Amino acid sequence: MDQRTIVESRQLIKQFPMGKGSFTALNGIDLDIYSGDFAGLIGPSGSGKTTLLNIFGSLDVPTQGSVKVLGQSIEQLSGKESASLRKEKIGFIFQSYNLLAVHSVYENIEFPLLLLKKSRAERHQMIMDALEWVGLTDKMNSRPPQLSGGQCQRVAIARAMVKRPALVLADEPTANLDAANSHHILQTMKKLNEELKTTFVFATHDEKVISYLKRRIYLLDGRIDKDIISTHN
Amino acid sequence: MKLAFMLAYRNLLGAGLRTWLNVFVLSFSFVIIIWLKGVLTGWDYQAKNDMTHWQIAGGQWWHQAYDPYDPLSLGDSHAMIPEVLNNLIENKIAEPMLYLQASVFPDGRMQQAVLKGIRPEQQIFSLPSQKLDTITDDLPIMIGQMMAKSMRLSVGDHLTIRWRDANGTFDAREAEIVSVFMSNVPAVEAGSVYISLTELQKMTLLHDQATTISFAPGHLIEKPENGWELKTFSQLTKSVDEMIQTKSFGQTVLYMVLLLLAMLAIFDTQVLSIFRRQREIGTYIALGYTRKEVVGLFTVEGSMHAVFAALVGAVYGIPFLVWQATSGWTMPMDTSEFGMAIAQTLYPVYSLQLIITTIVVVLITTAIVSYLPSRKIAKLNPTEALRGKLQ
Repeated sequence: MDQRTIVESRQLIKQFPMGKGSFTALNGIDLDIYSGDFAGLIGPSGSGKTTLLNIFGSLDVPTQGSVKVLGQSIEQLSGKESASLRKEKIGFIFQSYNLLAVHSVYENIEFPLLLLKKSRAERHQMIMDALEWVGLTDKMNSRPPQLSGGQCQRVAIARAMVKRPALVLADEPTANLDAANSHHILQTMKKLNEELKTTFVFATHDEKVISYLKRRIYLLDGRIDKDIISTHN
Repeated sequence: MKLAFMLAYRNLLGAGLRTWLNVFVLSFSFVIIIWLKGVLTGWDYQAKNDMTHWQIAGGQWWHQAYDPYDPLSLGDSHAMIPEVLNNLIENKIAEPMLYLQASVFPDGRMQQAVLKGIRPEQQIFSLPSQKLDTITDDLPIMIGQMMAKSMRLSVGDHLTIRWRDANGTFDAREAEIVSVFMSNVPAVEAGSVYISLTELQKMTLLHDQATTISFAPGHLIEKPENGWELKTFSQLTKSVDEMIQTKSFGQTVLYMVLLLLAMLAIFDTQVLSIFRRQREIGTYIALGYTRKEVVGLFTVEGSMHAVFAALVGAVYGIPFLVWQATSGWTMPMDTSEFGMAIAQTLYPVYSLQLIITTIVVVLITTAIVSYLPSRKIAKLNPTEALRGKLQ
């Protein structure tokens, strides 16, 4: 595995039971994601992009083949080890934000740091930095239901980025946002990718997201159709 | 674990009214369980205290033929008061009493009664026996309120008493009620006519004889003379202990029902939480919690209801329990008809052990009830949970 390789997938097959048979969501995926990538898994619904993202995030395991994320074989990890991998090195951004509704913005961003047992002072500094990246310092005491969709997604980005993960996995991050908010979110992520060298992998079929990507991996029926590295981004 | 407590605390406070409803129901169980247990303890304490002061003192000697449940035994259950007790009787530390069966005729109606001879100067019992020292035309007697009520008698009323003396000869005399007393011990009042011991001995030709000899607390002689049987305090209060145990079982059922209601609320909340908060569960797992840790978090969250309930219960429960302990709980009906030693007003007694046991039992029960539905989380698929898909 190349030192720059963050994710390495070989002959990855994922099947789900369906009735008496099974449904093949991913069918022989060979893919490398490199450090600093701003890549997107692009495809229509059912093409397998979310399944692939879940496996990269060690939330799911392959049926066959191998996947190494940051040097660790996903299929061999115990529940505790995969939780540890997510806790320390992977950040998630979800389509519907998945913020903890009864916690404040500050507390939502604090959560990953609490899991990492950072000291109070360290946590505070890191949260304030994250709030500054996403421009929500003035909203830190608000609760998610008091925020707009765009603001919620910015909180989700801050929560994913606050621990400075090596890899951020974003599943349809702009699906619930209008165009202006989508561009704002994408600019924020792009800035973080460039400044902090964090690797971003998106699952999307949104043209706005696609236009920001440096690398576009097109999926069709569980296979990689095209893998294009953009030159103009 | 510290993190689970912190998150559970935030989640519970954030859940608002749902949390406080559960907490209030649970706190009500806390307070009622402690109060009911306190009433029982207080009742036990009061019953024994009343029996000591009105009926059994610190223990007794019974004539070997005496059976309080067999009135026919009374004719034979008396003997000479042992001389070894003379000194104690003189010093009012031991008190002989003579019991005999008799018939009384209030307003011409015949009623069975037990004549109880007692020294007017006695100091062991709270009975107002000194009133028997009154000089009246007829024989001075006193009766309890229960009997006075059932026979519609009051102080100053007259009635005829008929008895058989030692030779089996019937005799009768007019008597005047000089006192109607009230006690919380039915056995002291029910069917009992109190009369001066010397007078009764004269009337029945049973000079210097007695049926029972009571000893002041701490002075019970544990080696009775021939013909007498020792009855210790614990033997004499056994019936109270048994009654309290029976009551205690009944109350245990009651507070099990109370606890069950509170636990149902917690269980329901937990089950609902797991269904409604699937996305949140998925998020915890995605952010780095193991499934086991999420189960732990939900269990702590459910259990924390009990901690909050203990605090909320303390806020309104302590003033209520203290008020009850000082003002007492007055029974809504006449307790003299209960047939057991029970005061009209019961004063609950709370022990530290009672409070700690109740809190521990409720905490453990809540933890178990919170854990049971939470186990489902361990089987959830995190990717489905993240999408909020019901599993």
